[in-house]
Amino acid sequence: MNSQSCVSIQKEWDIVAARQMGREIAKQLGFGTVDQARITTAISELARNIYLYAGEGQICFEIVETLEQKGMTIVATDSGPGIEDLSLVMQDGYTTSGGLGAGLPGVRRLMDDFDMESEVGHGTRIVTTKWVR
Amino acid sequence: MRIPILKLHNYLLISIQTELDDQTAIQFQEDLLKQIHRTEATGVVIDLTSVEVIDSFIAKVLGDVVSMSDLMGAKVVLTGIQPAVAMTLIELGIHMRNVPTALDLEQGLIKLHQELGE
Repeated sequence: MNSQSCVSIQKEWDIVAARQMGREIAKQLGFGTVDQARITTAISELARNIYLYAGEGQICFEIVETLEQKGMTIVATDSGPGIEDLSLVMQDGYTTSGGLGAGLPGVRRLMDDFDMESEVGHGTRIVTTKWVR
Repeated sequence: MRIPILKLHNYLLISIQTELDDQTAIQFQEDLLKQIHRTEATGVVIDLTSVEVIDSFIAKVLGDVVSMSDLMGAKVVLTGIQPAVAMTLIELGIHMRNVPTALDLEQGLIKLHQELGE
């Protein structure tokens, strides 16, 4: 089974819209309160990165189901400036915007699977999944 | 959206009941500092019992408002942080080490009394 819903990120309020939709899906999937908070926070970080660095983009949610497990995938895509040094942005505390620099390394810790691809001048795509325990 | 700030004797009490977006958080920061100045409050309790998500941005705003109030001479205590929020913050890598906290509003007020020696 595969179903997808998306929120386009263009203004600050869309960050809230994305995490509300994400939390709702996580709740329906049967995630516990703590995992719901993890997923919602991860969405918030990814949506804010899009808003802050790319200006606009999209957050999509997919329900993934295998024979053994069920999970939720968040796909964050933008056509922004891209990331030159992927290892640098995965370092705790690295920031170019005066934030806490917790975003991406934090998202990787909050979720189970994490994958990022980026091309300078073309954009960034992050795919991250949490599995229902 | 504005977060209400209540005055109780020398203290200001805030209970955040809404989903915090960036703009509301920044507005709150400014409102609180102005209220501290206007009311000459010595202590502030910000209750987060109803807050389900604190991401890195909101954490930064809250941490900053504690430091800013401190500069002005008012002590801030954050109360009621939910278990799920505490776990998420630490996993995110945000420790908020210099931020005074208490379990709930009652404990927060006791902490203020002690710290301010009143």
